[in-house]
Amino acid sequence: MGEVIVITSGKGGVGKTTTTANIGTALASMDQKVVLIDTDIGLRNLDVILGLENRIVYDLVDVTHGNCRLKQALIRDKRFENLTLLPAAQTKDKTSVTPEQMKTLCEQLKQEFDYIIIDCPAGIEQGFRNAIAGADKALVVATPEVASVRDADRIIGLLEAAELRNPRLIINRLRPVMVKQGDMMDINDIIDILAIELLGVVPEDEMILVSTNKGEPVVLDLNSLAGQAYRNIAKRIIGEDVPLITMEAQDSFFEKFKKILGFKR
Amino acid sequence: MSKGGGIMDLFSKIMGKETSSSKNIAKERLRLVLVHDRSSVSPELLENLKEDILKVISGYMDIDRKGTEVTLNSDEKSVALVASIPVIKINRVASRNAL
Repeated sequence: MGEVIVITSGKGGVGKTTTTANIGTALASMDQKVVLIDTDIGLRNLDVILGLENRIVYDLVDVTHGNCRLKQALIRDKRFENLTLLPAAQTKDKTSVTPEQMKTLCEQLKQEFDYIIIDCPAGIEQGFRNAIAGADKALVVATPEVASVRDADRIIGLLEAAELRNPRLIINRLRPVMVKQGDMMDINDIIDILAIELLGVVPEDEMILVSTNKGEPVVLDLNSLAGQAYRNIAKRIIGEDVPLITMEAQDSFFEKFKKILGFKR
Repeated sequence: MSKGGGIMDLFSKIMGKETSSSKNIAKERLRLVLVHDRSSVSPELLENLKEDILKVISGYMDIDRKGTEVTLNSDEKSVALVASIPVIKINRVASRNAL
């Protein structure tokens, strides 16, 4: 029996879709059977992040409306046979699917997959309610910015009101050099404010853009720090105890130079 | 920011003096904004709270249920629960057993 995990944030642009694609790919590479569902109807993007945009025939709305069988809409990634995508519809809107339909769909998928990972749209309206309807667990993505943390706080309240207790936090796009300079909130600042359990921290990494340009999730790049962070998050999801990666190694040349000159302890 | 300020800023950073870190400003602004956000409780919760308060108070005095108002007031830095409960008559002996 599989587990349904929704990835949400409230605010847009903080990396929900990238997180979904990378956690999904990492889990699949660890021999877990994974299906990713894009619930951002009208603004689908998970397909392009995964590089599967040319293979879509049917979508989520076709499945819930009975235009096709569930199997027909599932796209299997050729690079990882354990990874499957159920894409969102692009020409409909969020009201084309109901929370009840999502619950039924998740129950069906649980029979066949180990992990069902749902990419939630931004906002707190019907798209959000659809995305969380069938979920067993929730992950909240936030960046170290006032607006993102504020929206994450609101989302945590809504998740708990919907009986999705104990969501876990992913801090995305952390910049260790800025944290060191006192110009970015650090991990503890954010955990103190949101008061939820931390699942992982993903550093800002230019390789994310390079990998999305190519349609290859960054976890495939063994040299990328963000890729390593996502692989660690996937390991924690399947229950392994993995320490946080130290970001000290990320000191810029300038920082190291200052240390050598003795300007900083 | 003027160019001069930028250079001074850089200089103080190199010297390891963190004058006003923007992170602390962010934390303080978040704290205040969340006090407000979290104070927006549902009307249903307030209605239940009001019923419970009235139940307790009516053991001690006659009150005007219709004129009763329970609200959350928030200003810049704090949130307060404000109840306005018109009293009709105060009982000579509190009938706690009525509860």
